[in-house]
Amino acid sequence: MIADDLAGKRIAITGSTGFLGTALVERLLRSVPDCELVLLIRAGRMRNVEQRAQREIFKNNCFDRLRDELGGKAPFDELVARRVQVIEGDVGTDGLGLTEAGRQTLARCDVVIHSAATVSFDSPLDLAVEVNLLGPTRIALTLQDLGVAPHLVAVSTCYVAGNRRGDAPEIRVDDSPFWISDINWRREVEGARRVRADAEADSRRPEQLATFMDDARKELGGAGTPLLATKSEQLRQDWVKAQLVDAGRARAASLGWPDAYAYTKALGEKALAENRGDVPVSVVRPAIIESAWAEPVPGWIRGFRMAEPVIISYARGLLKEFPGVPEGTVDVIPVDLVVGAIIGVAARGPANEDGSPDITQVASGSANPLKYERLVELVQSWFSEHPLYDASGQPIAVPDWGYTTRNRVQGQLERAKAMLEKTESVIGALPLRGKQAAWSAKVEEQRDTVSRALTYVELYGAYTACEAIYGVDRLLALQESLDEADQTAFSMDPRIVDWTHYVHQIHLPSVVEHARVRTDGKKGRSESREVRLRRQVLSPDRQLAAFDLENTLIASNVVTSYAWLASRRLDRDDKARLTAKLLREAPGLLKMDRADRSDFLRSFYRRYEGASVAQLQEDSAEMLSQLILTKSFPAAIRRVREHRALGHRTVLITGALDFVVEPLKPLFDDIVSASLAVGDDGRYLGQMVDVPPTGESRASALYQYADTHGIDLAESVAYADSSNDLPMLEVVGFPVAVNPETRLASLARKRGWLVEQWSKAPGFKPNPVPLAPKRTVAKAAPR
Amino acid sequence: MPRPGFVLDVDKSTPPILFHHGEGFRLEKLPADRSRVIYPGEPLDALDDVEAEIQAALLNPLEMDPLPELLNPGMKLTIAFDDVSLPLPPMKRPDIRQRVIEAVLDMAAAAGVDDVHLIAALALHRRMTEDELRHAVGDRVYDAFAPQGALYNHDAEDPDNLAYLGETKHGEEVEINKRAAESDLLVYVNINIVSMDGGHKSTATGLASYRAIKHHHNVHTMEHSKSFMDRHNSELHHSNWRMGKVIADAGVKVFQIETTINNDTFGDALPMSVLAKREWEWTAKDRVSFIGMQQGLKRISGSTRRKIFQAHRAPYGVTSVTAGAIEPVHERTLQHCFDQHLVEVEGQTDILTMGLPYICPYNVNSIMNPILVMCLGLGYFFNMYRGKPLVREGGVLIMTHPTPWEFHPVHHPSYIDFFEQVLADTTDPKEIEQKWEKQFAEDEWYRHLYRTSYAYHGVHPFYMWYWGSHALKHLGRVIIVGGDKRAVHRLGFKAASTLNDAFEMAEDVVGRHPTITHLKNPPIVMADVK
Repeated sequence: MIADDLAGKRIAITGSTGFLGTALVERLLRSVPDCELVLLIRAGRMRNVEQRAQREIFKNNCFDRLRDELGGKAPFDELVARRVQVIEGDVGTDGLGLTEAGRQTLARCDVVIHSAATVSFDSPLDLAVEVNLLGPTRIALTLQDLGVAPHLVAVSTCYVAGNRRGDAPEIRVDDSPFWISDINWRREVEGARRVRADAEADSRRPEQLATFMDDARKELGGAGTPLLATKSEQLRQDWVKAQLVDAGRARAASLGWPDAYAYTKALGEKALAENRGDVPVSVVRPAIIESAWAEPVPGWIRGFRMAEPVIISYARGLLKEFPGVPEGTVDVIPVDLVVGAIIGVAARGPANEDGSPDITQVASGSANPLKYERLVELVQSWFSEHPLYDASGQPIAVPDWGYTTRNRVQGQLERAKAMLEKTESVIGALPLRGKQAAWSAKVEEQRDTVSRALTYVELYGAYTACEAIYGVDRLLALQESLDEADQTAFSMDPRIVDWTHYVHQIHLPSVVEHARVRTDGKKGRSESREVRLRRQVLSPDRQLAAFDLENTLIASNVVTSYAWLASRRLDRDDKARLTAKLLREAPGLLKMDRADRSDFLRSFYRRYEGASVAQLQEDSAEMLSQLILTKSFPAAIRRVREHRALGHRTVLITGALDFVVEPLKPLFDDIVSASLAVGDDGRYLGQMVDVPPTGESRASALYQYADTHGIDLAESVAYADSSNDLPMLEVVGFPVAVNPETRLASLARKRGWLVEQWSKAPGFKPNPVPLAPKRTVAKAAPR
Repeated sequence: MPRPGFVLDVDKSTPPILFHHGEGFRLEKLPADRSRVIYPGEPLDALDDVEAEIQAALLNPLEMDPLPELLNPGMKLTIAFDDVSLPLPPMKRPDIRQRVIEAVLDMAAAAGVDDVHLIAALALHRRMTEDELRHAVGDRVYDAFAPQGALYNHDAEDPDNLAYLGETKHGEEVEINKRAAESDLLVYVNINIVSMDGGHKSTATGLASYRAIKHHHNVHTMEHSKSFMDRHNSELHHSNWRMGKVIADAGVKVFQIETTINNDTFGDALPMSVLAKREWEWTAKDRVSFIGMQQGLKRISGSTRRKIFQAHRAPYGVTSVTAGAIEPVHERTLQHCFDQHLVEVEGQTDILTMGLPYICPYNVNSIMNPILVMCLGLGYFFNMYRGKPLVREGGVLIMTHPTPWEFHPVHHPSYIDFFEQVLADTTDPKEIEQKWEKQFAEDEWYRHLYRTSYAYHGVHPFYMWYWGSHALKHLGRVIIVGGDKRAVHRLGFKAASTLNDAFEMAEDVVGRHPTITHLKNPPIVMADVK
């Protein structure tokens, strides 16, 4: 009996927060009642290891069954406390980063199951090397250092066999006739580290840094130095990572592995064999692990894994063909069978007397193959009966699957992507806002779809094209050696899987549930999200609502108001000259505004030099009716008032001049605006008194305002229309994009911000030319 | 001799009837043998020499001393005048107000009066623009007074310039313009386009504050004004008359000058003149001209159409000028109004139809938004009766108007919010009054816009709704033919695409073969229902 074999044993597990690791912990706790577990977990950035264990392992629905069987949370927690010990450690660090107590705990373990890995197929080369290649070795060395020799069960992958046709039996990697004897894993490690260093150095070259800054500006516009700097640093890191991902894929391909994962795993096995010392080693190699066949419940899965995105993309009608050979085998294995095999191996103990690595493969390809063609057929027929629904509640018909070669699909996708990127950059350069800006959303979405499809093809193409057949003789022998009860309880036999049942009744329902896609034609989720966001924004708990002016409250700008004010006291000819002049300068002004808002304002406001303060005040009052209100968004004004009615403070933060916004004062509690210096003669000097509240100074204005009034910005709302306003939007807890221009629309979409489309009063056509009519002198009642 | 208004019984030979339809028209065939059309009277003869009549009125006032005897040097004189909501459409220059004011000012100058203020008595309406003031009082008066700050709009929200005069016996507070209240003489210059206007309402409402106006501009009063066009059966007017007494008791001396105009709304020139003609009298030229106008209107944008219609100025003739003490003056004025407007009608009808024109009192030089459509139909036109409503209780009102979801952002800001917030919540006048009025009426932003911009007071859309509350209570259903579906739905009415569809829909309420009455207004007609 396995339960007896492992009774009283202390089992250390790495990678317990992962898909396989969680299932393993669950099964050991539930089906091997007398063992103890030691979980080696890396501390998170925000949480310590105990918190991580609770949150990422025991809260998972994997444990629902056990919790129910025990009779609730309390007995379950008691069981965990009694049988599970969590220690901090990291297989990416020499010595595993253990504390002294941790070392002692590890030293007392009878079995170590190493399932920690970076399973992502597009890991950066150096990360894959540190974790996958060096991880097993580090564990073996630490155990030797502790002077102990527990049974080390290392989880690897079938794909260490590399890209090839034909049989891949359960033998050590270097026993394979295809092993390249020249590969030295130490040199690979050095190489990977050097690639990281080179990429880091490369990314800091001035030309490269200039590109990052350019790209940051393209994405965020004139969002101000701090945000742009953060963004360009992020772009640099992304670039380095991309370099390392490419390097990993290229290096793996050059040596005949499908990707960096398989390549580092293969070398990891080799390194472990060399470094194991006295530690007896068993290697378990699963194929593609998918949702559970039966344990803990059929269909249990964790995370969005390899095949799922591809399947969902197909069901959405996005992916029409995927490279692969129809008669090729897709080697899928349910997670519970892998768990069974690992526990079986652990209970059995080392197979070889000298402790040298013995190999067990957990795969379906040889014993119960699922052909690619058959899988496609099953997926297609299931989605024909259970279609996904689009945003308008219409079922999506799944496309006929085209079998093709990887190169062809890749070529097509790359061309499509390049074209969409071009379109996107053209649209991005146009001054669009509101609904038109939604074009760009559409293109962006298509581009995302294509690039995601491209990623899948690049990543997984090798797997569907792989024609290796993984031998499972030793696995089946292990299964045979179990007594009857264990054969069911810890089944590892791939022959029990009925693929039709598995795909139709277990896997796809589970995938669809996890993908959170529309599975009925009911009214869209997007609307309810908008309603929910709006409710949050208008909750009585909010404290402050900050508003931008231009294109948020009114469809107007500083140039328009200048034109109106300047023309108010001009005769017709002078008006025409003023118009011509402003039109001539318009492109220059626009460009300057885009580059740096405060430079633009500083230079533009010089035009007010010499203007009479009293006269402008009088004219501004009239401008409210003649210009500002005609171009206002009634819904925006209503929103300001709704906030006030709810008891929120309302503040207008604008780069417009104080006398221009003076008539809006009764609408707000406060106005933060730009102001011009006044000379002794009662005329404006043309210079601004302070830095205008634009870009990042708008954020600091908001900070300052919040500080003065004891307001929590996390409980505040900000409304703005352009990426120039990002600093202001980012400092509040509830940002709202109003009629966003392309860039902000895209950012708002990505960050899940509320987007409001507000328009001018319907039916009213404001004067297209913002010039004042002849001066009116209607006076208010004398006092 | 102008022919009086009359009731036409529709038979098989009756041609299609012209319905106003916003900035456009419809020709509608009414079912024979059960429909009738109430036609307005033709324009009464105008006074030949208006200036002479004005002089005569000022020198021979009713129950008051002649105006020159009321004027003396060193006195405070205030001249208040009706605002841009009258007449409809605006009249051709010179406006009758200008002619009366000039005469009054001449007499004041002759008497050596130099403290004169002119105030547009706009109550809670929007401020008049320079152009509108110039149109009403003339350039000469404008240029002489406006630059000195002596010609201005009444401000019902200026705490420093309102005088509280006391309460009526019903507990209604009376508060009016301080300058008017403290003047030695208040001359009120009115245009009595319909019988609702004038009398004590001129001062007690026109120069009042929200505090005073709310006592009669409310659902209760309006439901008990049957109709508000019939001053002797109108709770609205009873309240104003009570307030008038308080004003008089407070020592405010009012010299009331009331004027009436005739039905010459559309003039003699084609194509507009055809609108005043009876359909069977249309000449070939009229027909061609009408078809041409229809085709032309189809080809231009809504905003251009609006501009063209709003530019129309009516050539009204003045039919009376009466001056003196408010009550005797107003009784005489009402008689002049009724002479022009009143048509005797026998009995009520199941379905009342009306074609709503492009203009109502609150969208001069502006946009007729859906709330104003409601007010014009259920407020003004529905109440164009004396005796009983034209339509029986539980009957159906069908009106034609495009009812676009359009608003003037400067003139009607509180209307936009009323439409978006209040009507989305409820259309019941009492509930609206109770739940929402205070919030809008006391809103600081609306107050700011009313006082400094050109916006109707925050509470004004409520009054529009209350104006229709008598009709809402009385009617079984309201259908708008050709109306924007969303906007009509928001109003709580039904939209129909054709008049025949509307008749079909009405059958659910009034049964098969209902009687139909069409109120052919404008030009103005008022039914005296027996």
